[in-house]
Amino acid sequence: MLRKTLAVATAAAAVLSGTAIVFSTGPAMAQNEQFIPRLVYRTGAYAPNGIPFANGAADYITMINERDGGIGGVKLIMEECETGYATDKGVECYERLKGKGPTGAAYFSPLSTGITFALTEKVPGDKIPLLTTGYGRSESRNGAVFPWNFIAVGSYWTAADIAIQHVAKELGGIDNLKGKKISLVYHDSPYGKEPIPALEARAKLNGFTFKAIPVTHPGVEQKSQWLAIRQDRPDYVLLWGWGVMNSTSIKEAAAVAYPRDKIIGVWWSGAEPDVTPAGDQATGYKALMLQHPAGKFAVHGDIEKHVYAKGQGVGKDTNGQVLFNRGLIDSLIGVEAIRTAQEKFGKKPLTGEQVRWGFENLNLTAARIKELGFEGMLAPMKFSCADHQGADQARVHQWDGKEWKIISDFYTADRKILDPMVAEYSAKYAAEKKITPRDCAKES
Amino acid sequence: MVVFGQFLEVLIGGLLAGVLYSLVALGFVLIFKASGVFNFAQGAMVLLAGLALVRSLDFMVARGIPTWAAIVLALMFAAVVMAITAALIQKFVLGPLVNQDGLSLFMATIGITFVIEGAGQMIFGSDVYPLRLFPTDAWFVLGGIFDGGLLVSKIDVWGGLIAGALVAVLAIFFQRTKTGRALRAVADDHAAAESVGIPITWIWFVVWLVAGLVALTAATVWGTKLGVQFSIVFLALKALPVLIIGGFTSVPGAIVGGLIVGAGEKIAEVYLGQLIGGGIEYWFAYVLALAVLLVRPQGLFGERIIERI
Repeated sequence: MLRKTLAVATAAAAVLSGTAIVFSTGPAMAQNEQFIPRLVYRTGAYAPNGIPFANGAADYITMINERDGGIGGVKLIMEECETGYATDKGVECYERLKGKGPTGAAYFSPLSTGITFALTEKVPGDKIPLLTTGYGRSESRNGAVFPWNFIAVGSYWTAADIAIQHVAKELGGIDNLKGKKISLVYHDSPYGKEPIPALEARAKLNGFTFKAIPVTHPGVEQKSQWLAIRQDRPDYVLLWGWGVMNSTSIKEAAAVAYPRDKIIGVWWSGAEPDVTPAGDQATGYKALMLQHPAGKFAVHGDIEKHVYAKGQGVGKDTNGQVLFNRGLIDSLIGVEAIRTAQEKFGKKPLTGEQVRWGFENLNLTAARIKELGFEGMLAPMKFSCADHQGADQARVHQWDGKEWKIISDFYTADRKILDPMVAEYSAKYAAEKKITPRDCAKES
Repeated sequence: MVVFGQFLEVLIGGLLAGVLYSLVALGFVLIFKASGVFNFAQGAMVLLAGLALVRSLDFMVARGIPTWAAIVLALMFAAVVMAITAALIQKFVLGPLVNQDGLSLFMATIGITFVIEGAGQMIFGSDVYPLRLFPTDAWFVLGGIFDGGLLVSKIDVWGGLIAGALVAVLAIFFQRTKTGRALRAVADDHAAAESVGIPITWIWFVVWLVAGLVALTAATVWGTKLGVQFSIVFLALKALPVLIIGGFTSVPGAIVGGLIVGAGEKIAEVYLGQLIGGGIEYWFAYVLALAVLLVRPQGLFGERIIERI
């Protein structure tokens, strides 16, 4: 409780001062410690979504220290830095934390596509992996061009493709998309714009009319957009919002009597803070899942036993929520990348470059996922030099007014559509930045 | 007929949304009119008032207090919080700055903004807190004339009624009461007002208290519309073009400015936005404000200040 109060007070101080503030959850660093920085937002417009994610990520790392004594005997030391979801503060946090610890930052996880875009330019020079679980540049799947980015579990193009697959299933088949109207209501930022190329490609392929409707940050005023939707009457609306924008969209949809069960949100629009402010108006609303649901699994038992029972941790109140669970997965992937790297480089604090090897050789099999306590949350995933995403699957859940209910099995994104896009966009990026792509065939 | 119906729907929606901006703008006008200070902290005050209201309301409802009684008590608690805030601002910020120029006072209110935002979230939390004081669904009127009817949002109508009542009360306060006239005297010249016996520290406390109560009123409507949360502070940015258009010193100007901004930005977003990629309503309000500034710098209803050298 004291630690939680301290976290909130420190984050509030960040708002007071207007600058990024660092919050340490560990003692002074010793030589046998691995440093993991965490860019978080516990205050500001996006705090309701940022807090549970940050809690899950932090409590998993605390659990690894308490249950296992760290990774291979190397204790994990974590520091949070408040970004307020602002790109400038995110870069400031990165610069402040990248060199900390005996070997520097193991990896960064910014939880912001805007900060990801900025750091993508910086991490190659500092040789630090950038873990972006379910967000970031979709073309960064291509590890040959983006050696330091790891867009783990799924990209926005994956999400867009799967959302259309789900719409097709509800319509009775992919051919029934022809002639339909699908609108995208999106946060007018790099995050919100990411799915547009994938949806345009699908519209061209499947013959539906696609319309993109931007909403300005932070998304509190959407009346015009929803009046336009009322007039246009699309068959489905895809929602690509974050923070207050999501609940406002649902409320405005209710106000114009647009059926909530015809709205499908991306996985960043499908958590408890997105629906509870809208009350009964959110009933029927659907969203993609970044594989995992809300609820508690084996790993939660370990966290309760080894963290909360000892009076530690910061996320007891948010334990089991959608974004808390996603924070767990984010740290799981980072921790397992370090563990994988230790198998090659030894059980000692590792550099960012060594941890990158761990990411590229990370293979989370079904047996390993079960062993780690994530069975039922994640499907197997395998990374490589060429594939920095590792997985292509998602499910759909629906808010029943009280909780999220899973309503679909796993969908797999159509790589016949997405792989050429990844190749095209990453080649364009390489040409623009004068990057010579790695030859992954030689490296593997 | 369909096209006209759609236009009418956007226009009505815009006008009503504009009235909600006016609710926030009124707080700015009040302080500027009474003290000559542009209060950058008005958005943060709406957030603080909303947090105090919703958190105390949730606390009392959870303990079995009847909802109507909990609402009354929560409104009273929030009013007390705003009174304490006004007293602290007067004592520690404005008091020491008496007779300083307007820019110093404006800078001080920027500092107040950050303090209120941080302290409010630290004390009351930074989650989204649902508030349900008014209905949030819509009427569909004139269904016989327009296909599907014209949509009129109930919360927006409530906002309009509250804004109208607020304007009437404030007009009477400024024009008919001794304190109201004293406020106007202080706005014209701090030193001159003090020299004729007007207690400037008391007057500033009163004006910040009234602005706090206006913020609380705005918070009831905006909190119901969005849920009480940090993003409410961004409403201050919506109020700025309203003030520029209506004039910083005019209560009716805040209403008319709100109507112009609301209708203008919604029509622009729906009809012009389609042609240039959308997402234009945020800056379009400032384009309207700029146009007014060029032809009438004091705003449509603002007092024209003539200084003789």
